[in-house]
Amino acid sequence: MSSAFLGMPPFPQAARRALADTQLRRNLAGATRTIRDKRAEVVRELPDWEELREAGRALKERTLRHLDHYLLQLEERVTAAGGQVHWARDAAEANRIVTRLVQETGEHEVVKVKSMTTQEIGLNEALGSAGITAYETDLAELIVQLGEDLPSHILVPAIHRNRAEIRDLFRREMAEAGEVGDEPAELAEAARRHLRRKFLRAKVGISGANFLVAETGTAVVVESEGNGRMCLTLPETLISVVGIEKVVPTWQDLEVYLQLLPRSSTGERMNPYTSTWTGIEDGDGPRSFHLVLLDAGRSDTLADPIGRQALNCIRCSACLNVCPVYERTGGHAYGSVYPGPIGAVLSPQLRGTGGAVDRSLPFASTLCGACYEVCPVKIDIPEVLVHLRARVVEETGERRRTPSPEALAMRAARWVFSSPARLAAAQRVAALGGRAVGSRGRVGRLPGPLAGWTDARDAPAPARESFRQWWKRTHR
Amino acid sequence: MNAARDEILARVRAALADVPEPERPADVPVARQYATGADAPAGVQETVSLFVERLADYGASVRTVSPAQTGTEVAKTLASWGAEQVLVPRRFPAPWSAHLPAAAVLGDEGPLSADDLDAVDAVVTTAAAAIAVTGTLVLDGGPGQGRRAATLVPDRHLCVLRAEQVVASVPEALSRLDPLGPLTFVSGPSATSDIELERVAGVHGPRTLEVLVVR
Amino acid sequence: MRTALFITCFNDTMRPATGRAVVTLLERLGCTVDFPLGQTCCGQMHFNTGYQRDCVPLVRRFGEVFADYDAVVAPSGSCAAMIRHHHKRVAEVAGDRELQQAVRTAPPVYELSEFLVDVLEVTDVGAYFPHRVTYHPTCHSSRMLGVGDRPLALLRAVRGIDLVELPDAAQCCGFGGTFALKNSDTSVAMGADKVRGVLESRAEVLCAGDNSCLMHVGGLLSRLRTGVRTMHLAEILAAGEHSAAQRVGAGDPQYARVTDAAATAGRSPR
Repeated sequence: MSSAFLGMPPFPQAARRALADTQLRRNLAGATRTIRDKRAEVVRELPDWEELREAGRALKERTLRHLDHYLLQLEERVTAAGGQVHWARDAAEANRIVTRLVQETGEHEVVKVKSMTTQEIGLNEALGSAGITAYETDLAELIVQLGEDLPSHILVPAIHRNRAEIRDLFRREMAEAGEVGDEPAELAEAARRHLRRKFLRAKVGISGANFLVAETGTAVVVESEGNGRMCLTLPETLISVVGIEKVVPTWQDLEVYLQLLPRSSTGERMNPYTSTWTGIEDGDGPRSFHLVLLDAGRSDTLADPIGRQALNCIRCSACLNVCPVYERTGGHAYGSVYPGPIGAVLSPQLRGTGGAVDRSLPFASTLCGACYEVCPVKIDIPEVLVHLRARVVEETGERRRTPSPEALAMRAARWVFSSPARLAAAQRVAALGGRAVGSRGRVGRLPGPLAGWTDARDAPAPARESFRQWWKRTHR
Repeated sequence: MNAARDEILARVRAALADVPEPERPADVPVARQYATGADAPAGVQETVSLFVERLADYGASVRTVSPAQTGTEVAKTLASWGAEQVLVPRRFPAPWSAHLPAAAVLGDEGPLSADDLDAVDAVVTTAAAAIAVTGTLVLDGGPGQGRRAATLVPDRHLCVLRAEQVVASVPEALSRLDPLGPLTFVSGPSATSDIELERVAGVHGPRTLEVLVVR
Repeated sequence: MRTALFITCFNDTMRPATGRAVVTLLERLGCTVDFPLGQTCCGQMHFNTGYQRDCVPLVRRFGEVFADYDAVVAPSGSCAAMIRHHHKRVAEVAGDRELQQAVRTAPPVYELSEFLVDVLEVTDVGAYFPHRVTYHPTCHSSRMLGVGDRPLALLRAVRGIDLVELPDAAQCCGFGGTFALKNSDTSVAMGADKVRGVLESRAEVLCAGDNSCLMHVGGLLSRLRTGVRTMHLAEILAAGEHSAAQRVGAGDPQYARVTDAAATAGRSPR
C-alpha cells in the first residue's frame, strides 16, 4: 500500500494523539452524526432494504467463489469492446503499467477521479517520480493533495479539516482562489475555477471503478461533483485501475448495488452522477481505454474463507460513520487509506500482519456490531475482526521464543477456569484482596497493565463472598 | 504481462480451494426478493409526480408541460437564462426547438472542442429514461441527447422528456437500457458535501439543471 | 422444566449481588433454578481476544455441566451471545466432532430479559423501585442477541420507577472486553460520552443487562463522583418494598463505599 502511511505508530498510540485533537473530535462528531442520520432516513424509505442487502451479499459471494471465471469473462468483453486489459500482481506492477501507458501518450499531466485503489498503490507518487503530474479533481482529494495531507475517510477524505483550514490552504496554494472566503460554496467555486482549464486541456484521465460488469465488460463510476464525468469523457486516453474484487456478474446485478451504494454512502437516494461505459465509443469520449486489474493482496484475502467477505466491500463508508471508535479517533489512526471498521479488516489482510500497525488493527474495535448492522453487503466485520485477532495471536506465539505476558495471563485464566475448584480458590484469594481494599473503599490506581484501566476509571473490588459461596451457604 | 495474468488467475484458483470442483456460479444462491417495481405498477401520473418531487429535492427545477406548450417553454427557459448560444444535439425533436431564435442554435458538428463547449451558454437535450424513486435522468447518447461532453461542459442543462419515459424504479430503468453504449445517470445538478458535509449544489458539471416533462 | 443458572465468572467473582438478585427474582416468580457448581466461564474473553484455542476446554466444560438441563438463563447479554453464536465456532476450530455435537445439542441459553418475557411470559415481575433510572442497551444484548425492548418493557412495569431515556443510548459505552485495556484511551473517550448521556438524563441509577459494561461506565461515574450508581437489570427487578437495593450502598455497589481512605488510595503512585 501507499508509502504515505509508513512510519505510523500502532493504533492505540496513534489514537491517543488523535483523541487529543479537539478540532478533529468536533469535526468528526458533527460529520459522522450528520451522515448517519441522512443514511438512516433514506434507508427507512425502502421497505425492501434487507432484501437488497441480502442480494448484495449473495451476489458478491457468487462472484468471489468464481472470481477466475468472471475475470476471464470480463477481460474478453472489455477487449471485444475495444478496451485493453492489463494485469498487475502488486502495487509496483500497477504503477509501472500506468506510468508506461501515460508515457506512451507523450503527456506529462493527468487528471484523476477520486479512487481508493490508486491511493492504495501510491500511484501519484509513482507518476511524480516519472515526471508526470497527477491532478486530483475531487474537492476533498484536492484539499488533501494541496495540503500534502493524508485522507481520513473513504467518502469524505478531508473530513478532518474545517472551512477555515481549507480557506487558508486555498489562499496559500491556489492562484485562482484569491481572497476566497470560508463559505463552502465559495470554496467549491474556487476549486471549479482552479480545475476548469486542467479538465479542458487534459489528454489522459485516470480513474478507478465502483463496479465492473463481467457479462458486458461495463465499468461504472459513481460520483457527485462532475469531476468524474470530466475525467472519463474529455481526455483521449482513459486508464482505470480496479481491484479484481470489483467484478459483478451481470448488468442486472447493478440494480442492487445502485440502490445500496448511494443510500449507504452519502445518504442520498441517488448520487448526482453515475457513468457507465463499455470499452470505447465512436465519437463519444476517450479513443483508448485501458483497464488495469489489480491483485495486491486480494487473492491472499480470498484464500481465507472467513476473511474473504471483506472483499464484498463496495467502499460506501457507512461503517465508518456508525463506528464509535472511528468517530473519536478519525481515519489517520488506522494507518491506511482504508480506515474505520472495514479498514481494520481489510488492511491487515491486503498487507499481511507483518507490521505493528496491521497487527494492532483487528483490536481497534469494541465488537459493538454497529458496522455489521449498516453494511449494505452484510460483511460480518466483528466476526472477521475476531478471526484476525486469532491469527495475530497465533503468529505472535510462533514468532516469540517466550510467550507474551498477555498469552501467559490467558493461559493462567484458562487453567483457573478449567476447574471450578481452582476458580473457587482464586475467588478466595481475590476476596482477600477485595477485603483489603474494600475496607478502604474502592480501588483507585493500580500498577502494571491494569493502570490503563484505573487511569481514568475506578475499579470494583472483588466481592467478599462469591456467588458460589453464597449459593452453597443458602441453597445446599 | 501474460505472466501476471496467469499468476493472478492461478492465485485466485488456489485461494478458492474450498470451493467444490463441480460448483458453478449459478449454484451459489442469490435471492432476489427485493422490489423490482414490475410487481406493483403505478399510474403515469403518480410516477411522474414522484419523479418531479424527488428531482426537485436535489435542487433541479422540474415542471410538466403539455406537448403543445413544449416548444415555447423550451425557448422561454433558455431565454430566462439569457442563453445566447444554445447547443442543440442532432435529432432533437424539431417542434421542441422550433421557437428558438435560429442564430442561437448551435450544433455539435465538427465536433466542438472542449473549449467550444465551454463557451456555450446552455444545452438542451432529450433523455433515454428517468427514474421516479430516485429522481434520476438517464442519458444514453440517443437522438437529441448528444455525446457525453455536450451535457457536461456547458453550465446549464435543459432536459426535455416524455412522461412515459419515467419509470418507477432503478431495476425497471436498467432493464430498459443498453449497457454497451455509454450511459450517464443524472440526479440533480452536480454537488459536493466535501467541506463539513455542507451540501453545495454546482461544482464541475452543469450548475443549473432544469427538466420539462411533456404530458 | 429443569432450569440452570449460568451466573458467569465475572458476576460470580465481582458482582455476586446480581446472581443473588436473579435467584430472588426467579424464586419469587415460582421458578426453581439450579446452580450447577461445575460451571466456570463461557470463554468470551479468550475468544474475543484471539485465544480461540484456549477457550476449547471452557466450551467443553460448559457443555458437560449444562447438558442435562432444559434451559439455561444468564444475567449477561454478552456471555449469552458468546454461547449462542460462538461456541459453534470454537468447536470447529478445535476440530473436535464430539464437541461439535455437544454444542449442537446443548440446551437453549437465554439472557435474563429473554427468559422472563419469552419463557416465563411475564413483564410485570412485581418489583418496586422508586428511583430515577436510565437504561443502556448494551451492544451484545441488542445487536447480537436482539433482545429488543424486552428490558425496557420489564422496567416500565416496575412500580414507582421514574424511567428516563438515555441520550444516544445505542452507542457503545467503550468497554469491549480487553479493548478497555489495549485501547484504554479510546475506551475512556467513548465512556466519557456515555457518562455525558447519563448525566444529561439526570438519572440516579444507570441500569444495563451486562455488568462488564457497567463496571466500565460505573468506574468513570465513580471516579468523577457523579453520584450515579450502576445496577444490573436483575437487581432492579428483584427489588421489593423492603429490599436492601432501595438504599444507596446496598446491592454491592462496590464503587460507592467511598471513604476518606479511598481518596488516599486514589492518589497512590502508579
